[in-house]
Amino acid sequence: MEVSSAEAALSVSASSIRITDVTQDGDVLTFALTSQKLDSSAGVCVFRIYEDFDWLQQSLFSQENLPGLQGIIFPPLPSKALPSQSNTQTKALKQLGFLALGQDWQSYCKALEFYLQQVAAHPTLCKCKALDSFLFNSESPGKQRGRKGIFNRLSQAVEEMRKESHKDVDNFFQNERNKNTNLAALSKVATEKLLDVVMTEQKLALACGHFSTSLHLCVNQDDASAVAFSKVCLKLSDVIEAVKRNLEKVASNNLSTLGLGLDLESRYQEAEKEMLFRRTCKLIELETVKKGTEKAKANKREVLEAFQKAVEKEFNLISSVAKQEIERFHSSHVNVLKNFLIGWCEVQLNTAKEFAELYSQHLEACRNMYSE
Amino acid sequence: MSGSCGRIPPPFPDNEDQEAESDTRVLDSDEDDDDDDEGEDIFTGARSNPITPTSAPDEGDIFSEEGSYIRSDVHHATNGLHSDEEELDLFTEATVELTLTNTTSQGRREITGPTASACNTTQVPNSILKPSIVTKTTEELEEEESGDQFELNIAVTNPEKIGDGMNAYMSYKVSTQTTLPMFLNKTFSVRRRFSDFLGLYEKISAKHSLLGCIIPPPPQKSVVGMTKVKVGKEDSSSAEFVEKRRAALERYLQRVVAHPSLLQDPDVREFLERDELLRAVNTQTLSGPGLLKMINRASDAVNKMTIKMNESDNWFESKLQEVENEEQLLRRLHAAVDSLVNHRKELCSNTAVFSKSVAMLGSVEENSALSRALSQLAEVEDKMEQLHQQQAFNDFFILAELLADYIRLLGAVRCCFEQRMKVWQRLQEAQSTLQKKREAEAKLLWANKPEKLQQAKDDINEVKLSTANDKHNTWESKVSQYERDFERVTCTVRKEVLRFEKEKARDFKQHIVKYLESLLHTQHRLVKCWEAFLPEAKAIA
Repeated sequence: MEVSSAEAALSVSASSIRITDVTQDGDVLTFALTSQKLDSSAGVCVFRIYEDFDWLQQSLFSQENLPGLQGIIFPPLPSKALPSQSNTQTKALKQLGFLALGQDWQSYCKALEFYLQQVAAHPTLCKCKALDSFLFNSESPGKQRGRKGIFNRLSQAVEEMRKESHKDVDNFFQNERNKNTNLAALSKVATEKLLDVVMTEQKLALACGHFSTSLHLCVNQDDASAVAFSKVCLKLSDVIEAVKRNLEKVASNNLSTLGLGLDLESRYQEAEKEMLFRRTCKLIELETVKKGTEKAKANKREVLEAFQKAVEKEFNLISSVAKQEIERFHSSHVNVLKNFLIGWCEVQLNTAKEFAELYSQHLEACRNMYSE
Repeated sequence: MSGSCGRIPPPFPDNEDQEAESDTRVLDSDEDDDDDDEGEDIFTGARSNPITPTSAPDEGDIFSEEGSYIRSDVHHATNGLHSDEEELDLFTEATVELTLTNTTSQGRREITGPTASACNTTQVPNSILKPSIVTKTTEELEEEESGDQFELNIAVTNPEKIGDGMNAYMSYKVSTQTTLPMFLNKTFSVRRRFSDFLGLYEKISAKHSLLGCIIPPPPQKSVVGMTKVKVGKEDSSSAEFVEKRRAALERYLQRVVAHPSLLQDPDVREFLERDELLRAVNTQTLSGPGLLKMINRASDAVNKMTIKMNESDNWFESKLQEVENEEQLLRRLHAAVDSLVNHRKELCSNTAVFSKSVAMLGSVEENSALSRALSQLAEVEDKMEQLHQQQAFNDFFILAELLADYIRLLGAVRCCFEQRMKVWQRLQEAQSTLQKKREAEAKLLWANKPEKLQQAKDDINEVKLSTANDKHNTWESKVSQYERDFERVTCTVRKEVLRFEKEKARDFKQHIVKYLESLLHTQHRLVKCWEAFLPEAKAIA
């Protein structure tokens, strides 16, 4: 890919961004981040904490002089992880869902990685200087706080809800809003249900482990028949142990592929929702201004009309950016889900085959033992 | 001791050997356990296939008889009472399930409801005097089956609710298929209800337990379960209860007929053959006999605490302790398996819920390929739910019920030991009575009162019949009879216990193999599911 001077900021290869390590110091997680500039083969490694990611997100939100910024679907940043001991698993699950599970924050790191890759791959956002300094400055840029973006997250205030259902002027957008509402709700539910499945798989694995250990206690060398019985129990113990490992693997596969994918999908649907909401708010603003202009007295009218024109222009820009973003989102979300589904299926297939082989070996061994 | 025979370790059909049939007096060795007292091996548990009531949409089901079982059965004569009967030179014949071949699921049974069940073959050789030490292959065995062998298959099927309301009961069909000459027909079936089974147990127990036999215990009563059925709740839990009970009754009968001396019992024959059985009212808990039983049990418990047996042989003491320890262990294991089953059921329902949520997602999705993939995903999860369901049944019927059965069987073993103690106690009492009378005689001798002396002598020799069954004339002969009884019981108990342990090891082995086979089966189907889904996922554009 040639880097033209007009797109000088497109300097990082999105796919090269990796979070390679994470260390925990009390409450703070520090991430090791490597990425590669497009025009060089050397990787750059920096260390960042969550606040830095937050800073990046806020910087993206608050870019000035970017027409139609509000029409952009911003890649969703996962919530902050609170790894302290006082945070029980249920709390963590509520807060982070799938990202709280897994070994050593693997899923969480993956999610952060995706976030950065999405930002770097976005045709508009990748040009943001903040991204560069985030990725390449050895010093953490998160020191500059207090520059809150123009928009906050969707709050659940009643007023917001009312605005959310405001009827649209454009059919395309009305449809999109409806679909998005459905999809967002459904993917959230699907993610939660998969989380339930994974939790149960883990509980089942634990129960298997418990059973397997109890079987070990049956060993008794008193006499010949006790020995025979003990052998049988130990064999069963081995089998149950294999079952346990199978379940653990299946659960972790679910977690690292489909779980992650559904989680990302669900958060992305939320991001689209936020964008659509911003546009709707602008629409409401425009309509309010229009009404005001109509009612205005002659002397104020010109001013108001000019103002109205400005708002209208803004709104149209937002709408056109939004349209592009929506199309881009549709095709990319299909792709992303496809990759996750393929990855999930492949890894589960491998695990299933692996354990079929293992069970088969156990069966052979059992039969041989039987014939001794 | 009457004829002993060797026991043949029942081979596995795929391991077609290790079928050593022994000569008389030659004990073929199982692995290593050879006790000199090891006599006949009679206790083989004919196992039935656990049934899954769920309808498997795909081919076959978990409970196909991939795991075949071999019955090792010996027709034997044991404990003195039957010593005149079949003094067989025997060898055991391990038998192969007629219906199964091997793991390629040829004998697969499509079980669609709690009606079908597996039959089991118990082969009982009849006075065959050719002891041959031969390793047999499966085919050879099957050939022989049509030859001199006699078989006995029992199945309990077709539970039907008879009557209404609180007087309703479940009636089960007990089908027998046999070539044994002692039965009137070759194939016959009768209908029995649960109390009939309990009645059978009472009768057998009354006759055989004093001899030191280990009597297989019947399935437990369950007020809650039966009430649900009576009330007519047509839900899955009452169907599950009926199925559980049906399978348990079948296993119970198979264990009973696998015990050769029990098989000879006319009550057992009557149970299998006779059309109408007298209603066994003694089995109700609150009936007169029921209460009497409870009182007896309580007094037995007290006795246990007060009898301190003078054990000449340490074997019994240590064995009893072993049995008690093992019972504890098995209870723990059973609890662990129970929790396993519950978690799997939970996984089942969670998977179903997830499947639905994915299906909804797929229906809303616009992109047609993605939408199709998502609905395929929902179907995959659906199939997995069924696999989980069946695995849960496997866990239950193969493992949990096995453990539960053995916990109760160990209780029966303990009863066996207690019976021996009772016999010993009786001996002690007779001995002390004899002693007292002798002392009285000696005193009189001393006191030189000839008339009284004669009286005392008569006393010792007098008939003191306490029960109608007493055949003894004198206290002395009584004592010696009781001594012989005790010896016999001791011997029987020893043999029974050894046989039981062997059987237990074999039983567990069989079940592990069955369990593994079911796991493997599930795993293969899982692999198929994933393989079918992969192209769908890749087709998303």
